[in-house]
Amino acid sequence: MNEERITEKLNILADAAKYDVSCASSGSKRKNENKGLGNASNGICHSYTEDGRCVSLLKILLTNHCIFDCAYCVSRKNNDIKRAAFTVQEVVDLTINFYRRNYIEGLFLSSGIFKDADYTMERLVRVAKKLRTEHKFNGYIHLKSIPGASDELMNEAGLYADRLSVNLELPTPAGLKLLAPDKDQRDMIKPMGYLKHAIIKHTEEKKLFKKAPLFAPAGQSTQMIIGATPENDSQVLQSANYFYKNFNLKRVYYSGYVPVLTDSRLPALNTAVPMVRENRLYQADWLMRFYGFNVNEIVSKSQPHLDLDIDPKLGWAIRNMQAFPVDINKADLQMILRVPGIGLLSAKKIVSARRFGKLNWDQLKKMGVSLNRAKYFMICNSNEFERRDLTGTNIKQFILATSQSKYLKNNQSQLNLF
Amino acid sequence: MTTLIYDGTFEGLLTVIFEIYAQNLGLVKLQTGVERDGALFENVLTVVTDEARATRVLKGLKQKVSSTGVQRLYAAHLAEISGEDLNLVGYIRHAFDSAINIEEDYGNKFVMRVSELVRMIRREKHRMEAFIRFQKLTDETYYASIEPDFNVLPLLNRHFKNRYADQKWLIYDIKRKYGLYYDLHDTQFIDIDFSGNNKAGNVMVSFSPDEPIYQHLWKNYFHSVNIISRKNTKLHLRHIPKRYWRHLTEKI
Ligand code: SF4
Repeated sequence: MNEERITEKLNILADAAKYDVSCASSGSKRKNENKGLGNASNGICHSYTEDGRCVSLLKILLTNHCIFDCAYCVSRKNNDIKRAAFTVQEVVDLTINFYRRNYIEGLFLSSGIFKDADYTMERLVRVAKKLRTEHKFNGYIHLKSIPGASDELMNEAGLYADRLSVNLELPTPAGLKLLAPDKDQRDMIKPMGYLKHAIIKHTEEKKLFKKAPLFAPAGQSTQMIIGATPENDSQVLQSANYFYKNFNLKRVYYSGYVPVLTDSRLPALNTAVPMVRENRLYQADWLMRFYGFNVNEIVSKSQPHLDLDIDPKLGWAIRNMQAFPVDINKADLQMILRVPGIGLLSAKKIVSARRFGKLNWDQLKKMGVSLNRAKYFMICNSNEFERRDLTGTNIKQFILATSQSKYLKNNQSQLNLF
Repeated sequence: MTTLIYDGTFEGLLTVIFEIYAQNLGLVKLQTGVERDGALFENVLTVVTDEARATRVLKGLKQKVSSTGVQRLYAAHLAEISGEDLNLVGYIRHAFDSAINIEEDYGNKFVMRVSELVRMIRREKHRMEAFIRFQKLTDETYYASIEPDFNVLPLLNRHFKNRYADQKWLIYDIKRKYGLYYDLHDTQFIDIDFSGNNKAGNVMVSFSPDEPIYQHLWKNYFHSVNIISRKNTKLHLRHIPKRYWRHLTEKI
């Protein structure tokens, strides 16, 4: 192995891949039943970058050569940067050796477009195939599908990868047209549609025959860049909702645009990364997937943007004071989940624990309820009721006064979910 | 109030429970080791760990709580946090005295405390699963040293056995001076004599030739993926507290 050359390639191709945020390693269930290496079952973050993001996969590009010229991308054709390309074997060796040392959960492999979609996709698939068949590797593999790749290759990819993603890149076709003139949203939707059907078909076969092969067991995901084009949060979330509903996506990732290029179509180089907005979008996404919220309850025509100073659940509560207070000892789970300051885990604990007796504030606090917010929206087996005659605006002010630092000062990108 | 002196083991704790019910004791205190002098005016009882009694209590307990419930108690005990065994006693008594399963009675302070303890232990177990860094030695064994706050090595067995079925590995707890070794077939707990040339820090002399290369590549990778314009040190530290750094390849 030429150590110097590999180091250089790794630096270039990891650097170019780091802006892709769809890099979680959970949601698969590949077991180590072949006395091979590894298993993909639970997402583990093995490290954290200095900006606080989880590192769970070796995330690299196969190459940063690209025939396209997307304005937001460092690898674009017309950007004057160092280019490199890994061989299939090099990626395999890095993955195995990193995995054996417990640095990573697996591989996230993406690529610039070498020659055409199929030529590139075929190489990505070869890496995955080699890992699975020659090295008995059961760790996590996420392949980025190249828009426009053929169904045959998508099918093969699904047989070796745990997750596949086709990045939408921008929330609307108009945004895409502006910044990625070589790309067409239809080329992204087509493989998504293929994958959706293939995943459903294989899941059904798996139910019938235990031996049926796994097919992208962790499903498919996509990514949208936020803040590079002028779409509002309502457009972003409506689009996410559409793809969740129609393509059975497991996750939509929102990537706050990091200015890396000068281009008249893009925000200027010194524009801040919209981290709070990104965080709010993840919170809203979470509400749709786990809390039973309809997208129209979170954003609407009259409310096209998420509040930056409070989380979207609190925002909903304040707009819907008539739904409160919720009686913790009686309300059903769905309603308890809507109380600001109560998360999924504590909501479930509450519903279990109240069978043993009525719960008071103290007990709720111990269960992880954030009373600071929840107290305005609930009653329980304690006499006090904090709402008095407060309006939504009052409540918002009170809450902000006591928790502001957490939300605004630190400008965090972490998903601080309720 | 009775003070019960026991040996601090889980079996000892179960024997304590036996004693509590056999002698119908009300309020109790626990103390490990030998009797103190100041105990003159107290009601003090030394409990000798007894396997048969412990087994009986365990059997009874299994009828009151689920097997995960029992495992959780065991994990909470393993944490070795001083003073916490008394809460386990409270939990077990609550379980025995109730007609229904109390595992989800989070309004009860003992149930809540055990659930907190389990969360703390799980968190550290999870962190070890994430932060352990193996180093490949000349004989192809992958070696890692750890210094967890709680004694979680026994809880790591299953995870690493499932994960690394085709490589020999050894995880060594420097603080508690014992290790877990997998020889491609089975795992066992081992003691190593690290005196003289064998110091745990000296494993470098027995690195396999490609070990420094991959460590170097990994450090490089770690730096390449950082996005400087998003730097957030506070968040970084919350995820990887400093005390773990000395065992993290990318942080050394
Ligand atoms: S196709 Fe992909 S790699 Fe190529 S310029 Fe566009 S975003 Fe970048």
